Amino acid sequence: MDHSESHYFVPQPSYWPIVGSFGLFCLLGGFALLLNDESLIGGYASGVGLLVFVGMLFGWFGTVVRESRGGRYNDQVDASFRWGMGWFIFSEVMFFAAFFAALFYVRNFAVPWLGGSGDKGIAHQLWPSFHAAWPLLSLPDAQHFTVAKEGMEAWGLPALNTLILLSSGAAVTWAHWGLKNDRRRQLIIGLTLTVALGVLFLFFQGHEYWDAYTLKNLRLSSGIYGSTFFMLTGFHGAHVTIGAIMLFVILMRSAMGHFTPTNHFAFEAVSWYWHFVDVVWLGLFVFVYLL
Amino acid sequence: MAGNTRFCLAIMAAALAGAASPAYADYATGLTPGITSTSREIYWLHSLAYWVCVAIGVVVYGAMMWAIARHRKSRGAVAAQFRENARLEIVWTIVPLLILVVLAVPATLTLIRMKDTAAPDLTIKVTGQQWRWRYDYLDQGVGFFSSLDTKSVDASKLRSGIDPAGVPNYLREVDNPLVLPIGRKIRLLFTSTDVIHSWWMPAFGYKIDANPGFINEAWTRIDQPGTYRGQCAELCGIGHGYMPAVVVAMNPADFDAWLATKKTEQASAAAGAERQWTKTDLMAKGQEVYGRICAACHQPTGKGIPGTFPALDGSPLVNGPVSGHMDRVMNGKPGTTMQAFATQLSDVDIAGVITFERNSWGNKTGDVVQPSQIKAARK
Amino acid sequence: MAEIALHGEEHGHPTGLTRWLFTTNHKDIGTLYLCFSLLMFFIGGSFALVVRAELFQPGLQFVSATTFTQMTTLHALVMIFGAIMPSFVGLANWMVPIMIGAPDMALPRLNNWSFWILPFAFVMLLSTWAMPGGPPTSGWTLYPPNSLQTGMAFPFVIFAIHLMGISSVMGAINIVTTIFNMRAPGMTWSRLPLFVWSWLITGFLLIGAMPVLAGAVTMLLTDKYFGTSFFSAAGGGDPVMFQHVFWFFGHPEVYIMILPAFGIVSQIVPTFSRKPLFGYHSMVYAICAIAFLSFVVWAHHMFTVGMPLAGELFFMYSTILIAVPTGVKVFNWIATMWRGSLTFETPMLWALAFIVLFTIGGFSGLMLGLAPVDFQYQDTYFVVAHFHYVLVTGALFAIVAAVYYWLPKWTGHMYDERLGKIHFWISAIFVNVLFFPQHFLGLAGMPRRIPDYAVQYAEWNMISSIGAFVFGFAQLLFLYNLIRAVRGRGPRATAQVWEGAHGLEWTLPSPPPYHSFTEPPKIDDAQAHS
Ligand code: HEA
Ligand code: HEA
Ligand code: HEC
Ligand code: CUA
Ligand SMILES: [Cu+2]
Repeated sequence: MDHSESHYFVPQPSYWPIVGSFGLFCLLGGFALLLNDESLIGGYASGVGLLVFVGMLFGWFGTVVRESRGGRYNDQVDASFRWGMGWFIFSEVMFFAAFFAALFYVRNFAVPWLGGSGDKGIAHQLWPSFHAAWPLLSLPDAQHFTVAKEGMEAWGLPALNTLILLSSGAAVTWAHWGLKNDRRRQLIIGLTLTVALGVLFLFFQGHEYWDAYTLKNLRLSSGIYGSTFFMLTGFHGAHVTIGAIMLFVILMRSAMGHFTPTNHFAFEAVSWYWHFVDVVWLGLFVFVYLL
Repeated sequence: MAGNTRFCLAIMAAALAGAASPAYADYATGLTPGITSTSREIYWLHSLAYWVCVAIGVVVYGAMMWAIARHRKSRGAVAAQFRENARLEIVWTIVPLLILVVLAVPATLTLIRMKDTAAPDLTIKVTGQQWRWRYDYLDQGVGFFSSLDTKSVDASKLRSGIDPAGVPNYLREVDNPLVLPIGRKIRLLFTSTDVIHSWWMPAFGYKIDANPGFINEAWTRIDQPGTYRGQCAELCGIGHGYMPAVVVAMNPADFDAWLATKKTEQASAAAGAERQWTKTDLMAKGQEVYGRICAACHQPTGKGIPGTFPALDGSPLVNGPVSGHMDRVMNGKPGTTMQAFATQLSDVDIAGVITFERNSWGNKTGDVVQPSQIKAARK
Repeated sequence: MAEIALHGEEHGHPTGLTRWLFTTNHKDIGTLYLCFSLLMFFIGGSFALVVRAELFQPGLQFVSATTFTQMTTLHALVMIFGAIMPSFVGLANWMVPIMIGAPDMALPRLNNWSFWILPFAFVMLLSTWAMPGGPPTSGWTLYPPNSLQTGMAFPFVIFAIHLMGISSVMGAINIVTTIFNMRAPGMTWSRLPLFVWSWLITGFLLIGAMPVLAGAVTMLLTDKYFGTSFFSAAGGGDPVMFQHVFWFFGHPEVYIMILPAFGIVSQIVPTFSRKPLFGYHSMVYAICAIAFLSFVVWAHHMFTVGMPLAGELFFMYSTILIAVPTGVKVFNWIATMWRGSLTFETPMLWALAFIVLFTIGGFSGLMLGLAPVDFQYQDTYFVVAHFHYVLVTGALFAIVAAVYYWLPKWTGHMYDERLGKIHFWISAIFVNVLFFPQHFLGLAGMPRRIPDYAVQYAEWNMISSIGAFVFGFAQLLFLYNLIRAVRGRGPRATAQVWEGAHGLEWTLPSPPPYHSFTEPPKIDDAQAHS
């Protein structure tokens, strides 16, 4: 859009934020009730919360899109969005860092100690029959856990998924070139490809989970190996899902003729996010599957 | 401002008075120098750090007070306009750094000595659980629980009407203290069966966390005979304040004698599991165990605390089949504070407490559970 | 309350309830944050008073051990996440745009969201009082397996923490973005007021630390409800791992609560010394050094968990190293006062008390940092004394100083100076009566988080409790003084307010217009930081 505004755009009062807060409150409060076996109110509350929250996202982003297309955002506003998105992604990185750190800690400290090696190997006295190994299939005390039969394999679906995510990263970059050079077809094809690869990734991961649950008997409750595996890949998968949805929205907007070669922050933000998800996967592939 | 100066001086005076003196008659103020080499080293380090801080404080607050007294507008002070002084700034970066080195070196040496648990004369395993300690003399085959004594228990109830001041060693007395010989290197292993506890004996100079599923090590060598008191130092739930640790240190000869009596005592107790018990004996045993262990949560009335601890009085589980009741008491319920008591109590204790619960308050099942049944269920 | 900005501008801006619910104005949002945090301070303080009342003498007189421990837990959570952090965000909202010459915050709608999540989060947190079993009895640190024994309240507490985290991270992103992107022409990095600098670094700490807390409590949740075994040795995890992850957040968190305080004091001391801040650049470097170090010292909270020797040594060295940059700040403040022309209005009194008393807290922190000695101090009232010196006489005193300092700017009216001084002296004296004896208690062997204690601790506990009640009720004077100024009782404030004040905020009228700096000001050295 043309940069007609010289003033920094300060939006009018908006009810979306408080609607969103209310939605989150119901969603999480309802979920907490569900965890307490209060299924009826819990279910309603979290359902309503989710609807409200999703509605808020539509409303809020709808407003932003309108304002953007109305040329209300000057370069400085654009820069604010960039800084904001950048720091948001950094905060996500730190969220994943907590889980990577947990993986690192159990593999290098907790499990060896329980198995009798390292500085505090004396812990082995409490678990005399425990043998440390990774993937950890036999547990110090399996009583309350599901015992898994085998660990995950790196060179099957995960390797394929690595390839898929990497090419989807390339595809979104290719689409970006298209947008910058005003080649709409390239933009649309690139984006479609990206979304398709993302969905394919999710499909394969679902398949992998299915195998893990049924064939390998590997679950969240299979001790620390299952815990770290599912939490890390699960949160990643959730991020891929969100990313794919956002890419799809961008695809739709591109199809509707939004964005110009110089003004397309939304596109860039989503592609940053996608690359971040990509990089996290590389970390997962190395630390969860390979090593 | 004069008031300001006085006020800061007052704080500093109080600080000086407080930290240096080990004990003021009633107003306990200071760290104990303790009765081990570790505790004395720590005491010394504490004093060093303390006086370093006082010295820095005198300089810093002194300069500040000077400025407050002299460079005030009401005395006609006109503000200078300097903004920087590189030399000064370098000095007050380097000097604190050097002071830190002075503190870090002895601290490092002490820490290294504290970690050296090699070549002990005696090894004792200390197990924390909600809310008592268990001590096992690993090579002697002696082990027992150590719980808050009943006088303190009674006085510590909400609005008990008993004045704690009249209870000897209120909250710092146990039924079975840990008995240790003096002059020997004792290695202590710490672990827990439920949540994290922390065994703190100020006179020894440390506390160590007792982590469930892991073992921590420490050592001590006691110099003087005596009774030393400490308590659990890691928040472990609502009974955290009621989990004292008491050590009785005695001459090695006395210690060996004590150990021998303890061994015979335990042997005769184990024999009790083999015979048939009468209902009255089991009820008496059960009442004792219940009061000592279970009442903390399920309350002496058996009514529990709604929402937190279930009532046993009228509980379907307690009035149902014996097997279910035994299972809950012996194996507990994971994820709740109800522990697996099979590993903590003897066959007689468990049989007693189950019999007691099934025939107390409004529960009238009439069942008698024998220690032999418990023994069989352990397999 | 509604009047604050009403004076500001004649032509139409939103009024009534929806003004506050839907606002995108940084001043309104700042006011909301400040009012909210004041409310939370009184709630959290009331919990503390229950604690102190119960500890007034040995034996249990008022509440059960359960309720006592729950009071301790919620006292800390409410004070940290409800009182101290939101009030700093409120101050940033009000002052950062004005201090850097921006028209508003960079992302005004997000700003509103950051705030409005908070009341919902605290409704969720405080509602746990009404649930069977009540709030957790695990302290604010939520260590497993103890915290996993919490009843129905557990997921509510976890989700409340998630919400607070979302709010803080979004607030921090907004502030950091504002500082990077919204500075008026000429507002170079070396002209940035120190309050703004301190908030920039605090923003980094928040964005880096809060998500880690979210991760930690998420693992708690799945351990309790979804069968994971992060913190259970039986499944190959380790309860101590929680402490590592928690304190990786927790230590930066305590600097999150002190860096803005440093910034505030660095604004106030030059003003009332009528002299430029000494060592501007070293002040900025010191903040950065503290922030960096804060990410590598976390395990000093865990010296007694049984870490290997190398770990203990590393964390001891890195911890005590923080004394160096912090010392630089203390020395610089004193050098600022040196040969100044000092006056002692209420904000200055609070700032001076901050310097003295925070330093005492820093000294005890340094002593705690010496690992072998911490084996005696850990989890005693010595630690409680330490952190209340840095948090109450540190963070809280700085906040009170800031409120007195900027209140005339916000409301256009002076507060009652005499009352302010009375408030100060009662607070300053009784806060020491409250917390100083706790050093003695800790050294003499009293653990923290206990509802009842051995009788040799009776005297100091009684004195401490008396201090708590006087200090607590003295805060009602503060409330009164605030309301008075907000309702326009005091004399009119000039634009400059304080004789020695420098900086953009003092060029605007008091109160400033609803939208300030719609045309960016041009900044030269004269207008830059003092
Ligand atoms: C605002 C909050 C704040 C701040 C600023 C600090 C500052 C410091 N803290 Fe504190 N701390 C807490 C809040 C804070 N702390 C809290 C909340 C807890 C308990 C949490 C819980 O368990 O619930 C805690 C606990 C805590 C512990 C764990 C104690 C235990 O549980 O055993 C330790 C141990 O090292 C510690 C150390 C320090 C140090 C070294 C500093 C340093 O930053 C201090 C540096 C300052 C100075 C030293 C003074 C000024 C310097 C000079 C004048 C220069 C010259 C000085 C020398 C060379 C000595 N803190
Ligand atoms: C951010 C910080 C903060 C602040 C400001 C305070 C402020 C205070 N704190 Fe606390 N405190 C913590 C953070 C803070 N604290 C933390 C992190 C812990 C550790 C918790 C844990 O172990 O898990 C702790 C723990 C703690 C303990 C130890 C509890 C225990 O170990 O069991 C104690 C005991 O004395 C205490 C006391 C106080 C007191 C008396 C105040 C006073 O300064 C409060 C003064 C304010 C008031 C009293 C409000 C005024 C109220 C009225 C006048 C009543 C009127 C009421 C209404 C109008 C509603 N606090
Ligand atoms: C630390 C607290 C605590 C102690 C000590 C304790 N219990 Fe419990 N107990 C509980 C809790 C909590 C439950 C509820 C578990 C659940 O959620 O089902 C429980 C449940 C029970 C039940 C099942 C009640 C029902 O109706 O479901 C029995 C029986 C029982 N305990 C017996 C005992 C005995 C016997 C002892 C002492 C040897 C004891 N408890 C000690 C906390 C405790
Ligand atoms: Cu056991 Cu505290
Ligand atoms: Cu810390």
